[in-house]
Amino acid sequence: MSAVLETVSLTKFFGMVRAAEDLSVQFQEGELVGIVGPNGSGKTTLLNVITGYVKPDRGRIRYQGKDITGLSPRAVADLGIARSFQMPQLYLSLTVLENLVLALAIRAGRAREFWAPLERVDRRDEAPRILEQFGLEEHASHDAGQLPEGARKLLDVALSFARRPRILLMDEPTSGVSARDKSKVMDTLVPVLKGTGVTTIFVEHDMEVVQRYAERVLAFDEGKVIAAGSPDAVLRDPTVRRALLGQP
Amino acid sequence: MAIGRRLDPALALAGLGLFLVVPPFLPQWITFLLTLAWAKALAVLGIVLLLRGGLLTFGHALYYAVGAYTAGFAVKFLGVHEGLAALGLAVVTGAAASALLGLLLARYRGVHFGLLNLAFSMVLYAILLKFYEITGGTDGLRLPTPLLAGVKPDAQHLRLTIYYVTVVLAALLLYVAYRFTTSPLGYTLRAVRDNEVRVEYMGASVRQAIYCSYIVAGVMASVGGVLAGFSVGHIVPELSFWTQSGEFVFVALLGGTGSVLAPVAGSIVFEFVRNYAFKYSPYTWQMTLGIVLLGIIFFLPGGLWSLKGIAARRWTIVTRRSQ
Repeated sequence: MSAVLETVSLTKFFGMVRAAEDLSVQFQEGELVGIVGPNGSGKTTLLNVITGYVKPDRGRIRYQGKDITGLSPRAVADLGIARSFQMPQLYLSLTVLENLVLALAIRAGRAREFWAPLERVDRRDEAPRILEQFGLEEHASHDAGQLPEGARKLLDVALSFARRPRILLMDEPTSGVSARDKSKVMDTLVPVLKGTGVTTIFVEHDMEVVQRYAERVLAFDEGKVIAAGSPDAVLRDPTVRRALLGQP
Repeated sequence: MAIGRRLDPALALAGLGLFLVVPPFLPQWITFLLTLAWAKALAVLGIVLLLRGGLLTFGHALYYAVGAYTAGFAVKFLGVHEGLAALGLAVVTGAAASALLGLLLARYRGVHFGLLNLAFSMVLYAILLKFYEITGGTDGLRLPTPLLAGVKPDAQHLRLTIYYVTVVLAALLLYVAYRFTTSPLGYTLRAVRDNEVRVEYMGASVRQAIYCSYIVAGVMASVGGVLAGFSVGHIVPELSFWTQSGEFVFVALLGGTGSVLAPVAGSIVFEFVRNYAFKYSPYTWQMTLGIVLLGIIFFLPGGLWSLKGIAARRWTIVTRRSQ
């Protein structure tokens, strides 16, 4: 099966820090991949390089066989690769519904229209449906800046999801969320993402979350993949345990 | 599900009705002040629109002067005495000038955006000052009474006629601005202020959003410049001077950014405060304006328009208590 997204010998240094070195990874259509690794191991850098926020020093990124290395975040988004962030990136002065309808307007290429009201963009009530899918309907009229952290995380992903991406990259979707709400966030996200067949790659520090929700796991250390496979196999791998937990 | 705060049509129409009905019963000097306030409110509106995107310009008088001098040049060089034609030309020149400068300015934010605008407005000021043969230099240009749809307003009602033309056109542009603020572009501009990174990651161009909004703001100021020129009957390079831009920013803060109607409220209050400050303390009137602005910043950080919200909340409390 050919990969929908792959990196070939990707290398990125920040000064002396090795964020990615000769990194070649592949992602298949529709799979849910977890990426784990200690701080500074290059997990977020991989997402940043794929989405065009950071240019690699060497190596290529291919999406559906096409070279997308060095494209801008906007161009990458237009190709169908969306991302969410460790710190949710929302329009804080807009309501949750406005955030979402604006995302739909941008997807429809109508961001430069200056006459028709924004709400006319969503004639098919797609925004309320997405809010319902992500469990945010009760927050629809709240300013995004007033949301609790869990709801912010969900809205952050919902904004990316509204673009109907082929690939969704999530950077620590449960960080900053209370232990009790982590499952709630993932139990909301995973069925929606699996239901639409979007290829999902998520960076996560919480091993329980990775073990429970990922179909495949990549473990990173010092810019390299040190293990790959099923969650159980990777998280039991002694090299991974040493890198992640400092266990001998 | 409804989106956004709506303009209260009853309030807007009641306000417009008041400005249409009352002026014939007012002294002429008040009508003149109101005309000037409405015309300047359009330039302030441009600043307020850009402020919604987190962009503060210190040089918006540039477009105000472009509009006024477009009308002046139309009379001087083209023999155009038709006011509506001059307004049409001002829309074109305002759009052209802002489209040209916007190519550069849309790349900048913060203090750089503000000061580059200021620099361009001062370049225009110097041009208007030095090219005497064309611009009239420090003497400026006279703007004779314009024809309106081919008809020359009679001298007795001239001031009132120009007032009505100004109010009606300004009201139309306020409506355009309102549509702008509720449109995808208006929301994208707000999103740019909140989170530029996210806007790009969502697939929209921050630079395009700023560029388009900048042109809208430029056209608003340009039309304001023509209307002010017709009202005063004379245009001078000072229309592009930095103090004029500063005055627009002052009025934007005074009125607030909560509504497209706020610049009108701010502009009218400003003209009257300045007028009375000058009358009662001719040597220290700037100090009076400064004190007014300080008072607004300390007690009404959302500008005069926030009084509407405060009044609405008080009213709700009073009606709840009485039930």
